[in-house]
Amino acid sequence: MSTTPDEVTPVEDTKRVNVGRRAFLGLAAVGALGVVIGNKVQNFLGNAVGSGLGGLLPFGDRFRIYSITGTYPKIKASDYRLKVSGLVQRPMTFTLADLQAMPVTSFVKTFQCVTGWRVPDVHWEGVQLSHILDTVGVKPGAVALTFESYDHADSESLTLDQAHLPDVIVAYSMLGAPVTTEHGGPVRLYVAPMFGYKSLKWLSAIRVVNIVQPGFWEHNGYPVNGWLDGTTGPTNPDPNLT
Amino acid sequence: MALTHTTPRAALRLLRFDRVQRAAHWFNAALFGVLMATAIPLYFGSLFGVVLQRHVVEMIHLWSGLALPLPIVASLLGPWGRQMRRDVRRINYWTRDEIRWMMSWGRSPLKADKFNPGQKLNAIFIGASIVVLLVTGAMLQWFRFFPVPWRTGATFVHDVFSWVVFAVVFGHIVMAVTHRESLKSIFTGRISDQWGRANAARWVEERPRADKF
Repeated sequence: MSTTPDEVTPVEDTKRVNVGRRAFLGLAAVGALGVVIGNKVQNFLGNAVGSGLGGLLPFGDRFRIYSITGTYPKIKASDYRLKVSGLVQRPMTFTLADLQAMPVTSFVKTFQCVTGWRVPDVHWEGVQLSHILDTVGVKPGAVALTFESYDHADSESLTLDQAHLPDVIVAYSMLGAPVTTEHGGPVRLYVAPMFGYKSLKWLSAIRVVNIVQPGFWEHNGYPVNGWLDGTTGPTNPDPNLT
Repeated sequence: MALTHTTPRAALRLLRFDRVQRAAHWFNAALFGVLMATAIPLYFGSLFGVVLQRHVVEMIHLWSGLALPLPIVASLLGPWGRQMRRDVRRINYWTRDEIRWMMSWGRSPLKADKFNPGQKLNAIFIGASIVVLLVTGAMLQWFRFFPVPWRTGATFVHDVFSWVVFAVVFGHIVMAVTHRESLKSIFTGRISDQWGRANAARWVEERPRADKF
């Protein structure tokens, strides 16, 4: 570029800055920071908008619906039956009305999936599993429970000790309404101190057995004892249970 | 040299995107398309009810995601990637005028480079998003190696970046269909000298020494 001194040229500021690299690294840093503190940000946002609105936010706080089979078993509330059998004194079959007639337990807990997503402040209502076990009477020699799902695809297990925890319930109400089909309604298991995969949906049968039989997800590599913080620790009320 | 560029010749066609860049763009776009199409039913599972074979949708999303960096990386590496690398450098380096132009939302005067600052920002964002989404997506797939709060954080970041990507891609498509000649060049690679002088004057002027990049 040759310009004569008396030629008037607009001063062009062409000094170059590597904006691209900075913006790129900046965005990557935001992503990394989000991974580390996103957990807290999500809590803060959740508290800021209040519970219940979480599902409307584009920022997490929402259930991601998993189904093993790709379909949901549709069960009418009036047709629902829970069969309890195995090492019990009185094998019984409960209707939804039977379960609802039992002492009600309700609490608000965070639903935590093992893959990371979670939904804070979920209201749960149902009957304590221990109450059902007391009703049927567990025979000596029983050590564990096997749960079966209406879709015959999922299965789960709990030790008898785990099943007696106060926040392990057979739930028929969730988020202030009957459990919907997609969430495992009309009746599902909710194991509050463990990851979501332990909370079997569309609960159809409970068998009291003398050995822990790993369920569907355990066969796919998840821990049999799905305590929220690993195998032991504060959410595990009794380290001996693991 | 000067003569070529001061003589108005509408017929002169500038090579805006070479074959490698066009291929990279369309492979990248196809992967984004598949990822976005599969993301919607995965994310809105509760609204869509059951999508047929959720597992299949998941696998398509996973494998397209893993393949996502390939078109860009393959087009940058190797002897065929000269123009691609040159354009990455253009996107990286901004003049003060370009920064001012972006800060003023396009109101301050600018002798535009091959890509205007808005286009550069789009490219930078998409590039960074590929990395962030790939890493957080991998964390969600192979979650066992990470503490639970990080898994939650990765979910959060994957969600937020995805939402912005949807907005940016939508904007990119709107800009493309409203700028016909520009749009045509991602198919044919060529653009008129006239367009170049109006929209990318600095690029057109610098072209003779572009090879020095």
